[in-house]
Amino acid sequence: MLIIGEKLSIIAKRVREAMLKRDKGPIQEIAKAQWDAGARMIDANIGPAEDGGEELMQWMVRAIQEAVPSPVCLDTTNAKAIEAGLQVHDNQWGRPLINSTSNDPERFPILELAAKYNSQIIGLTVGKGGLPADAEERCAIAAEIMARAMEYGVPLEDLYLDPLVLQIATSQDHALHVIKAIRMFQELNDPPMKTVVGLSNISNGCPRHVRPIINKHYFALLMYNGLTSAIADAAEMGEVAKTIDIITGKTLYAHSYLEM
Amino acid sequence: MPFTPPKDSFSGKIFEVGIGRGEKAVTIGGENVMPFHGFEGSAPGKPAVAFEVQDIPPDDWPDTVKEVFKDVSGDPVTWASYCQDSLGADAIALRLAGTHPDRGDISAEQAAETVKKVLDAVKVPLIILGSNHAEKDTAVLVRAAEAAKGTNSVIGKAQEANYKTIAAAAMANGLKLIAMSELDINLSKQLNILITQMGFDKEKLITDPMCSALSYGLEYTYSVMERIKQAALAQNDAVLQPPMLADVGMYVWKVKETQAAEADLPEWGELAGRGIAWEAVTASSFLISGAELLIMRHPAAVSAVKKFIAEFSMEVR
Repeated sequence: MLIIGEKLSIIAKRVREAMLKRDKGPIQEIAKAQWDAGARMIDANIGPAEDGGEELMQWMVRAIQEAVPSPVCLDTTNAKAIEAGLQVHDNQWGRPLINSTSNDPERFPILELAAKYNSQIIGLTVGKGGLPADAEERCAIAAEIMARAMEYGVPLEDLYLDPLVLQIATSQDHALHVIKAIRMFQELNDPPMKTVVGLSNISNGCPRHVRPIINKHYFALLMYNGLTSAIADAAEMGEVAKTIDIITGKTLYAHSYLEM
Repeated sequence: MPFTPPKDSFSGKIFEVGIGRGEKAVTIGGENVMPFHGFEGSAPGKPAVAFEVQDIPPDDWPDTVKEVFKDVSGDPVTWASYCQDSLGADAIALRLAGTHPDRGDISAEQAAETVKKVLDAVKVPLIILGSNHAEKDTAVLVRAAEAAKGTNSVIGKAQEANYKTIAAAAMANGLKLIAMSELDINLSKQLNILITQMGFDKEKLITDPMCSALSYGLEYTYSVMERIKQAALAQNDAVLQPPMLADVGMYVWKVKETQAAEADLPEWGELAGRGIAWEAVTASSFLISGAELLIMRHPAAVSAVKKFIAEFSMEVR
């Protein structure tokens, strides 16, 4: 299970202020905490970043990689900012992951970047027409993204399919649609397609004390159904990931398995 | 169409552990393949066989194996030198059997003296073993470790009851450490975790999942070893990547099959050959299940096993 540390998001006030002031301190502290908790990639979410996105993404990639030996997930809708980030990304600890392309023609150029820079990329299974209704529709969109990826020269093993986790508080039925989609995505190719979710979106809008409970249980169900990676808080998910790996026999049990 | 044999490849690799010093130093482990499957990947080190020597005469060994050493076994230095010089031992395993409270209760200081003398006399790597009395071993192995400081010898066995002291002594004196648990893969992993949590480098460990003799539980040791090897290679479980030890001789030479006279059990055949075969078959089974280091007693059994290793490593065709 690859956990992509999610805490570096422009939505968080402390992170946003650090980004604006170009203060590396808080950014590196959070990246290090995520790494220490078991994240093996760090998400750098700079939002749409219409002004100065290129310079900001480069600054983020450098700040993160100065602090931890980790690849970075470049999270923005701004293609130019993604390209700028790819140009400075140090691949010695692994290749970057672009977040994301989709079935929206406006997002196709991002696939070109993945091919040009030999990067991995997330394919979010939404199209121009709005949110997918169920697992089957997510699968149909996934198939189109896969075809597009091959057309642009992105190997399918570099594509992570994201079924788009929705809020349990407003779209309860989608929780199960997403789990089913994770199962179905794996069937779309041999070897199975890789999958990723933005986990904490499930509990977005829920009371603060409920959020980690929902996140953890949902994560366990997704892992059991074959999820390969998640953008999540490593500190919150580490013990779930280790425990499910034990229960499913992926690692050998020992009394102190949580401390490994 | 020519036949292409399928190949397994693994993400994990066994740690390469060097023991001893100088020209006679030995390296075990380092492979990223199942035992003797070097053709599928890389297996730089070959399994090594250590001759067992004791600090006291081997009164409790059966005649078949006691006889071979009768001229040298009165003194551990003579005995160890004989194994090195006349029998071509890869390594010597010095068992401090006489320190056991029921077998003479030799003091830790005296045991450390013996260790020092043997170390001065032999050039091949030394494996220093306690008497397997958890409490007494704590005192004995700490002194023995000090006596062996800087020699890159192996010391053991650290068990759940005494690992803290023994691991600390091994760490302080630059020695490799045998971690032994009792035939349980989860406990074996747990002990390795506990020892590494003390700050002991996992790449200096040797795992002993506990040995057994043919027809006396061999299949338990075999399965535990096999499962450890799979976790190390296929699941890339770093805690289980130290090489493994099979302490064969002490288990084989106390079972009935290596002691019962031919006169009493004629259908079992000649006693000496039977005992040697018992040790050789037990040892070679554990090589197949994944042991990288063996401790054995009878020279004829060791020769047979060395030949087995050479043939299975495809040095001889």
